[in-house]
Amino acid sequence: MTLVYDDLGDEAAQDVPVRKIRFTVNGRRLVAEIEPRLLLADLIRRGVGLTGTHRGCDTTNCGACTVLVDGTAVKSCTMLAVQVDGHEVTTVEGLASASELHPLQEGFRQEHGLQCGFCTPGMMLAAKALLDRNPDPTEEDVRWALSGNLCRCTGYQNIVKSVLWAAEKLAEREPKPAEASAGNQRGGITDDDH
Amino acid sequence: MFPSRFRYEAPRSLDEAIALLSEGGDDAKVLAGGQSLVPMMKLRFASPALLVDINNLPGLAYHREGTDGSLRIGALCRHSDLEFSQILRGTQPTMAAAAPLVADPLVRNRGTLVGSLCHADPQGDWASVMLALGGSVTAAGPRGRRSIPLTEFVTGPFQNALSRDEIAVEAVVPKATGTRAGGYLKLERRVGDFATVGVAVAIEMSGANVTRAGIALTGVGGSTIGATDAAAALAGKPLTAGTVAEAAELAAAAAKPRTDHRGSAEYKRHLVRVFVTRILGSSLAADTAADTERAA
Amino acid sequence: MTTTDESRALDEIKIGGLGSSRKRVEDDRFIRGKGNYTDDIVLPGMLHMEILRSPLPHARIKSIDASRAWALPGVHLVLTGEMMATRNLAWMPTLSYDTQAVLATDKVRFQGQEVACVIADDPYIAKDACELIEVDYEPLPPIVNPWQGLAEDAPIIRDDKTGQDSNVIYLWEVGDQAGTDRAFEQADVVSKLELHYPRSHPSPIECCGSVADFNRATSKLTVYMTTQAPHIIRAAVAMVAELPEHMIRIVSPDIGGGFGNKVPVYPGYVCSILASILLERPVKWIEDKTGNLISTGFARDIYLRGEMALRKDGKILGVRMHTDADHGAFFSDAQPSKFKIGLMHSAFAAYDIPAAHLTARGVYTNKAPGGVAYRCSFRVTEAMFFQERMVQAAADDLGMDQAAFRRMNFVRDDDFPHRTPFGFLTDSGQYAKCLDVGLKAIDYENFRIEQAQARKQGRLLGLGISTMTEPLGAGNSREYDILGIKMFDSADLKVHMTGKAILRTGAKTQGQGHETTWAQIVAHELGIPADDVVVEEGDTDTAPFGMGTYASRSTPVAGAAVAMVARKIRAKARKLAAHLLEVSEEDIEWELGRFYVRSAPARGVSIQECAMAAYSNMPDGMEPGLENTAYYDPPNLTWPFAVYIVTVEVDKETGVWDVLRMVAVDDCGVRINPMIVEGQIMGGLTEAYAMASMQFITFDAEGNCVGSNYMDYLLPSAWETPGYELHSEVVTPCPHHPIGAKGIGECAAVGGPAAFVNAVMDALGGTGVRNIDMPVLPDRVWEALTYHRDVSGAPPIRQD
Repeated sequence: MTLVYDDLGDEAAQDVPVRKIRFTVNGRRLVAEIEPRLLLADLIRRGVGLTGTHRGCDTTNCGACTVLVDGTAVKSCTMLAVQVDGHEVTTVEGLASASELHPLQEGFRQEHGLQCGFCTPGMMLAAKALLDRNPDPTEEDVRWALSGNLCRCTGYQNIVKSVLWAAEKLAEREPKPAEASAGNQRGGITDDDH
Repeated sequence: MFPSRFRYEAPRSLDEAIALLSEGGDDAKVLAGGQSLVPMMKLRFASPALLVDINNLPGLAYHREGTDGSLRIGALCRHSDLEFSQILRGTQPTMAAAAPLVADPLVRNRGTLVGSLCHADPQGDWASVMLALGGSVTAAGPRGRRSIPLTEFVTGPFQNALSRDEIAVEAVVPKATGTRAGGYLKLERRVGDFATVGVAVAIEMSGANVTRAGIALTGVGGSTIGATDAAAALAGKPLTAGTVAEAAELAAAAAKPRTDHRGSAEYKRHLVRVFVTRILGSSLAADTAADTERAA
Repeated sequence: MTTTDESRALDEIKIGGLGSSRKRVEDDRFIRGKGNYTDDIVLPGMLHMEILRSPLPHARIKSIDASRAWALPGVHLVLTGEMMATRNLAWMPTLSYDTQAVLATDKVRFQGQEVACVIADDPYIAKDACELIEVDYEPLPPIVNPWQGLAEDAPIIRDDKTGQDSNVIYLWEVGDQAGTDRAFEQADVVSKLELHYPRSHPSPIECCGSVADFNRATSKLTVYMTTQAPHIIRAAVAMVAELPEHMIRIVSPDIGGGFGNKVPVYPGYVCSILASILLERPVKWIEDKTGNLISTGFARDIYLRGEMALRKDGKILGVRMHTDADHGAFFSDAQPSKFKIGLMHSAFAAYDIPAAHLTARGVYTNKAPGGVAYRCSFRVTEAMFFQERMVQAAADDLGMDQAAFRRMNFVRDDDFPHRTPFGFLTDSGQYAKCLDVGLKAIDYENFRIEQAQARKQGRLLGLGISTMTEPLGAGNSREYDILGIKMFDSADLKVHMTGKAILRTGAKTQGQGHETTWAQIVAHELGIPADDVVVEEGDTDTAPFGMGTYASRSTPVAGAAVAMVARKIRAKARKLAAHLLEVSEEDIEWELGRFYVRSAPARGVSIQECAMAAYSNMPDGMEPGLENTAYYDPPNLTWPFAVYIVTVEVDKETGVWDVLRMVAVDDCGVRINPMIVEGQIMGGLTEAYAMASMQFITFDAEGNCVGSNYMDYLLPSAWETPGYELHSEVVTPCPHHPIGAKGIGECAAVGGPAAFVNAVMDALGGTGVRNIDMPVLPDRVWEALTYHRDVSGAPPIRQD
C-alpha cells in the first residue's frame, strides 16, 4: 500500500497523534491508522470509502448515520472511530448477500418506503436491529424502534409498512417454532409499558 | 461538527484507568457511552486534552440485585439494558418508567445510566430517578472506593462530586423496605427532546401507608431538584387524594423553572403539580382497586 | 379500434403506463447505499472547505486577522470578504433583484452569516483553522421582527445600498380596493383575524454542498452541487463569476431532499468555485446542519391580518388582507419576479367571492435571507393557511357549521372557468364533492355527537377542516419569470434503434420519483415499456434547458413536455409505419405500442420496428433517427384541490394534543403513479403536522437564533407522526394538460396545517380563544385554556 502526502515539516508531523486499529466492516477485516478524534461515520465514509452511511446533523438527532456495531444499532456520528477497535461494523452495503437483497431492502422497495433515499440506510439498519430482537413487531413497536431516525419525505407510514413486510418475509424463511414467545426474545414495547 | 484534537487511551483495567486520570489532571474526561460527551466535543463546548475510554474495562456491564437486596448498576450498563430489563419490570416502577424515555432508541444503545449521572445535565432523567430512590454512586480512585449519595453527587449543572482521579463504577439503589410504587413522567415535544419538565416519584408502601417517599424534578432548575418537603409530606401517612394534592403542591413550590422557548415558568410549575398527581394518582387507583378486591 | 381478437394493443398498466404503481427505478441504488449524493463525490486532489460564521446578529466588522489560520499545517487558502471584494465577488445578485453578501465586508447582518472560509486538506483541519480566525466585531442593535425594523430610530440594516433609507424592501398590492370597500359597507358581520405564520425551515436531512472543479487545462468549470435548478445556477454562476456560460457545467447528482431549500445560490457555492479557480484543485464544501438552519433559505415568517365581510346568511361579500413579510437581511427568494409576495393572492381561489384586496410589505431584519421555500408553491402555504383560519373564524362568528359555511361559498362545479377576485383563472374543480367524501370518511355527524358527549365528561375533542385549491405549475410566459427567464420546461427523448430510449428533462428530482414517472408518460404515449426508458436529470451539459423542480411545477410543466416530445416522436414513427406498411399515412391507426392499417388491422408494425426503420429504412427525404426535444410553455397553472380533516383530543392539564384521525381527499387530476402520488401526500401531511405541532425557528431579544440545530428545531419522528387515511375518489383531469395531470407535491403541506390548527381551536371552542400561532405547542394551549386568551408566537421569545 502506498501513501503520499504533503510534507509539512517535522514539527507539524509530531503534533498529530495517530492510533492503529483493527476492525471488520461487512465481514471485511481492515486496519486503519487514524486520529482519535475521527468520528466513526467519517472512518466509514472517507476512510473505508463506503458512502451509504450518511451524515445529516450535528447534534446526534437524525440517525442518517446509523450502523450496527456488533449487531447493535448506533449513531456512527457519535462514536469515535477508535472505539471500534476489535469490533464488527455492519453498514447498509453489508445488508445484501452476494446473490440477493435483504428482505428489508426488498420491503422498502415494495412498500415505497423511501423517496430521496438519504435516511434509508439508517432506517434499514435500525429496523434490522429491531427485527433481530423482535421478529414479530407491531406497528407501534416499529414506530418506537425508529423514533431515533428522522425522515422528511415519506411521513413514515410506508417505512413502517416496509419493515412489517420484511418481518413477514423473514418469518417465511425461518418459521417461528411454536414456543418462541416463551424463549422471549424481549424487544419491542407493548402498550403497557408507556 | 468535529472535535478538536485530544489524546486517547483505552485502558484494559480499572487501575490503569485511574492511573491515567490521576496523571491526566484537570483536563481529562472519562468516555463511557459518549452520547453526551461526544456531541459536546463535536460542537466544541468541551475540549478535554485526554479521553480515557472505559469501554474495555471488564465486568462493568451489569445490572443485578446485590446480596443485600439493593439494585446495582454497573458503569457500562446501557440505557437499553434497563429498558428491556426483566429485573426492573415489576420491582422498580420508577426506573422502568424512565428508561424508555431517555433520549432515543439508538442513543440508549450506547449511553449509560452511570455516565448520565456523572454528566449531571439538569435535564438528565436518571439523576431525578436516582435522587427520588435515595440512590448513591460508588466511586473508585487511587485511595479506594467510596459511596456518594445522590444528594451530594450532583453539585451543580454539569458538575459532580467526583475528584479528578475518580471513576464512577456503579450506581446503587438501596433495598426497599416496602412495596415499590411510583413512576416517571416527562413532557417532551418529541422523542429525544430535552424535558420541558420531568418528575420522578418513588414511594414504598406497607399496607396503606407510605413508608418512604422520594420526589425529584428534571429541567426546572439549575440542576436536578430534590423535592424533599413534598416527599416528607407523604412519608409515614396513608396515601390519599389529600396527601397527594399536598405533595403535588409542595413539589411545584420546590421547582425553580425559567420561562423560555419551552414555556413559561408558571406552565412548568403547573406540570410538576400535574405529574406528581398523575403518578401518585395511579398508585392510589391501584391501591383502591386492591382494597376493593380485598373488600369484595 | 380493432375488434378484440385482432387488437394487439398492450396493457397500459402492464407496461408501466399511466395509472401504474410501478416500483421505483431509483430505489435500486438507494436501498444498496449506492446513491450518489454531493458529499459522496470524491475527486483526485480534492480539498475541503469550512465556513466561519458570525456569532452576532448585527455588528460592524472592525478587523479580521486570519494569520493563525493561514499558518496551520494543512491549510491552503483563507478567503475573507476583503479578498472577495478585490475580485468583485463580495456581493452577488439574488434571484429577487437584490444583492446578498457572499462574505461579509462592512457588517454582519444576521447570526450565522458567512464571514470567512478556509480550504484545507481535510474538513477537521479546516474547522480547526476557522477557530483561529480572529474577528473584531462592534455590536449593533439587532432587529428580530418587522415592527422593530419599522420603528423611527431603527438602524438601517442595508446601509450598503444607496438610497435605502428604511428597512422596507417593497410595497405591493393586488385586487379591487374600491369594490372591496363597498362590500364591507354592505356587510352584516365583519370577521377579523390576525396571526403570525412562524419562521420554519425546509430542513431536508441532507444539507447543502458543492464540489467545485475548475480545470485549468480545459478552462471548464464543473460544479457538483445540491441544486433543484441546475440551469438557473449555470446562468447565475456565469453572471456572478463572469465565466462564459458554455464553459460551466452544473451537475446535480442525487439530492437528499430539497423542499425549496436547494434553489437559491448560497455563498458557500460561490466560495468553493472561487477557491477551485484559485487553487486549480477540486474544492468540496458540505455545510453542517447548524449552517443549513441558520443561514439558508427559510420559509414563512410572515404576519397576516385580514377581514371578511359577511352577509348574515353566510355569503362572503369581500376579503381584505394585509401581509408583512420578514425577509431577513437580503431579499433572495426564488419566485416569479412580477409577484413580490409570491402567489399569496391565490388565497380564496376556491371560494366565490366578488371582491378582494391584498396589500403586502416586505421588511429587512437581522436574520437569514429567504421567505419562499418549504413546499410552499411560492407562498401559497401562507395564503391557504390564512384563508382556512379566517374561514373557521368567520363560521364561528356567524354561528354556522364549518362544513356548511364552506359549501355555501365554494365555486360551483358549473362555474368554471372562474376568475378569482385576485385575477387567477381556475379551470376545474369539484370542491363540494371533495368535501362530501372527507366528511363521510371522518363520520362528521357522529363526531359532533361524540364531541358533545366528551365535553360533558370534561374531555376536549376537536375537528378541523381545511379546504383549498392551489395554482401549481409556474408558469405561462406572459406572467411568470425568474430574473426575466421564462418558466417553461423541457424534455429530450432519444429512441434507439432497438426501441429502448433515454429521456432527459429540465426538471430535477429530489425524491419525487421522476426516473420512474416520466418513463410512465413515455410508455403511455408510445407504448414503449417504462422499463425500456431510462430517465436522466440534472447535468446541464446533457439536459435540455429547464427551470428545475420546486413549487410542484414538474408534472404540470416538465411532465407536459415529456408528453409533447413523445407525441413528436410518435408523429414521425407514424410516417415510418406508413412507409413500412406501404400505405399512406391517412390509412394508419394507432393503438398502444403499434400502428396498423385501418382496413386490415392484422397488418401492423410495433413502435420498436418503427425505431429500427428510423435508422435503417427511412422513406426518401426523411431525416434519419428517432430523437426530439420539446419545450413546453404552459397555457395556465393547474389547480389541484383538496380537503383535509383532522380530529384531535387535547389534554386540558398539559396542553398536549394527539391526532385521532387524519383524512385527506386530494384531487390532482390524472395520477401517473398512484403509489408515488400517495407518498407525496403523506410527506406533505407530515410537514403540515410538524409545522402545526412543533417546528419553528425563533429569536430572542438579542437576536440569537433559537432553532438552529435539531435539538431546538423539532422534526417529528415516526412515534409522534400520525397515520393518514388517503382518498382518491375525486378525479378532475386538468383540461389543458396533455395527460390531464396536475401538480401534487405540495398540496398537503399547503392545506394541511390549517386542518390541525382548526382542530385544536375547535377543541378549545367556547373559551373565547380565537388564535394560537403555530406551532401549537403544549405550553401555548395551556396558556390559552387557562387565561382564555390568544397566544402569539412572534419573536422575540419571552425569556427569564
